[in-house]
Amino acid sequence: MEEGKEVSRSVQESTAAYKIIQETFGAAVSALDANETMPFLEVLESGRWVEIALFMRDHAKLKFNYMACMTGVDYPAEGKVGIICNFQSLALLNHKLAVKVKCDRDGGCIPSVSRVWHTANWHEREAYDLFGMIFTGHPELKRILCPDDWEGYPLRKDYKVQERYHGIKVPY
Amino acid sequence: MGLLDAAVTRHNVLVTSVDNVLNWARLSSLWPMGFGLACCAIEMMATNASNYDLERFGIFPRSSPRQSDLMIVAGTVTMKMAERVIRLYEQMPEPRYVLSMGSCSNCGGPYQDHGYHVLKGVDRVIPVDVYVPGCPPRPEALIGGLMKVQELIRMEQIGVSRADALKKLAEKAQDPRFIVERERKVARA
Amino acid sequence: MQELERVGQGSVRVTRKSDKLVIVEKDLATEQMVLAMGPQHPSTHGVLKLECLTDGEVITEAIPCLGYLHRCFEKCCENVDYPAIVPYTDRLDYLSGMNSEFAYALAVEKLLDLEIPRRVEFIRVIVSELNRIASHLVAIGTYGIDLGAFTPFLFCFRDREIILGLLEWASGARMLYNYIWIGGLACDVPADFLKRVREFVAYFRPKAVELQELLTGNEIFVKRTYGIGIMPADVAINYGWSGPMLRGSGVKWDLRRNDPYSIYPELDFNVVVPDGKLSVIGDCLSRHLVRAVEMEESLNIIEQCIDKIPSSEGFNSRVAIPKRIRPKAGEVYSRAENPRGELGFYLESDGKSTKPVRCKARSSCFVNLSAMKDLSKGQLIPDLVAIIGSIDIVLGEVDR
Repeated sequence: MEEGKEVSRSVQESTAAYKIIQETFGAAVSALDANETMPFLEVLESGRWVEIALFMRDHAKLKFNYMACMTGVDYPAEGKVGIICNFQSLALLNHKLAVKVKCDRDGGCIPSVSRVWHTANWHEREAYDLFGMIFTGHPELKRILCPDDWEGYPLRKDYKVQERYHGIKVPY
Repeated sequence: MGLLDAAVTRHNVLVTSVDNVLNWARLSSLWPMGFGLACCAIEMMATNASNYDLERFGIFPRSSPRQSDLMIVAGTVTMKMAERVIRLYEQMPEPRYVLSMGSCSNCGGPYQDHGYHVLKGVDRVIPVDVYVPGCPPRPEALIGGLMKVQELIRMEQIGVSRADALKKLAEKAQDPRFIVERERKVARA
Repeated sequence: MQELERVGQGSVRVTRKSDKLVIVEKDLATEQMVLAMGPQHPSTHGVLKLECLTDGEVITEAIPCLGYLHRCFEKCCENVDYPAIVPYTDRLDYLSGMNSEFAYALAVEKLLDLEIPRRVEFIRVIVSELNRIASHLVAIGTYGIDLGAFTPFLFCFRDREIILGLLEWASGARMLYNYIWIGGLACDVPADFLKRVREFVAYFRPKAVELQELLTGNEIFVKRTYGIGIMPADVAINYGWSGPMLRGSGVKWDLRRNDPYSIYPELDFNVVVPDGKLSVIGDCLSRHLVRAVEMEESLNIIEQCIDKIPSSEGFNSRVAIPKRIRPKAGEVYSRAENPRGELGFYLESDGKSTKPVRCKARSSCFVNLSAMKDLSKGQLIPDLVAIIGSIDIVLGEVDR
């Protein structure tokens, strides 16, 4: 971004929303990455994620009532997996924000926000299915897209597809 | 081979006529099971609808496999679905035919290389008689494939196995390149 | 009275009346039944399995089981170049291929910060809206056929064939187009295309009215959809609903208006919400009505585009397409209004590779279907069919 280039209105709104979150949670959240395409913050203390989620949904100046998307991501360089959630205050304040939460690759846990936004229920199941992170407190954490007895977490970068599934050859 | 001119072969003439009559009866009312899985299912529905109309061939889709004699596998078969495909195939009464519609059920289609969950061709789990290529095949292509199944039924005889009937059908096959060239010449003229 | 025999888990109480045994009371054995609907089923719109726990005819829970069409879209995206992902996006929501390609192209163009030629924008909107009409026609036709009305299905497919003919003329394929490329289009539309589209618009307007009369004017259809599957607005937003589902619950939210992209800010169209006169707001009939009236709004959009589109003189649809698509490092979440709701793409690029690091398709049907468990509580089994039809799912998008 050039010096003096105007920050777009939507990034300004996200920055204002971020400030309110940062005032309450301080060091539990990272600094805002105010890029043009997807401004996001990272939750550094994942134990407080549900608290932050409730605050984001219910605070009068935030009102993030709509979770647009939750994406699972693999960070092989850091040895972590994580989720990226996109929020919007639909039909109320209209601002947007993205939140990242990371955890370890092996046995890592992220608290589930499926009770805060129902959208998260299936998205967390999908992230578990494809990446393998456990969502603590999820009412029904089992695979959703792959069969229940599928081996491995397919969207991890080091995934090797199995040779056979119930006797049927899998690779081409 | 017309109904009325039964060829005299070394088989008993009566058997050959019965073959003809039975085959004609079977191919004129080929009831497929509506097994639409993905995008090809929409083209199959469009073929059933009024513009292309499969019912004029006697092809009337049934909901249950137990009432059908043809299974059109239209769409991608995934590993989760593969076992259900086998079960549905086994529920169909004999004589039964399978038409594989579209790239995905022929060989895995566009998901061949990186689709971990995709079955690379439905012929890995059930025997397929006719393959219709395309992604998705046009309704005309599907009708062509169904006519191929009808030709296959014409090749069948009592006491002859399906593999032999398929071989006889393959012998009748024409290389499409010559037909295409001939049509192009006619169009240019 | 003596307890004479046990019938299953219940019992039969009898009494003797002049030497005859007379049954006085019967405890009927009742237990929940598990009914597996699908994955092969004429009414599930694809390979969806619904595990229904029923108490007689009343459903206590209908749990959707997905994954029967999981075609590994996201894994394929990580292994092919950005332009090669376009055919895969077609196959997500295969009934509205143009809209899916549009959403993906928008996402990558945001990362690339591209300027798209005006004529390209107009053509994109025209083909997307045509595809929207085609998709709604399938939704309405199959909804009718699920509930037993066969005629609308035939009428819808007849009109859809005309649209498919137009799109085939423009792009070369009937259903899965690979036409809207990143930065432009595969090719310009043919010379008389816009004239024919205008003729189609004039032809289709009375047909849309006729379709409405066939279904909404039909008492049986109304009886089967009125007051069924009601979803209040705030619950719908919490579930992440979007598109006609959310508008059917009364929320005036359309991404073409509220988060506009392309040339939609210049176009004049209404966002359709039910007014509660013909249906209960949030029920199946509302959602159906939203789709039916949206088709007419799409016709208005197409006409405006044909009036305003710049001429094709000196036009090259590929002029803005970079030679090699290698976006700078960054992430984007971009969304577009699909006929089924919000189709979003999350893309992450590392700035060095021509393949995305991560590409996720946020599917509208996946999110809409997640409310199935709550929507179906206490409904009768035939009403379940009405609810599934009103959600208008396409399994290619649900399972990706």
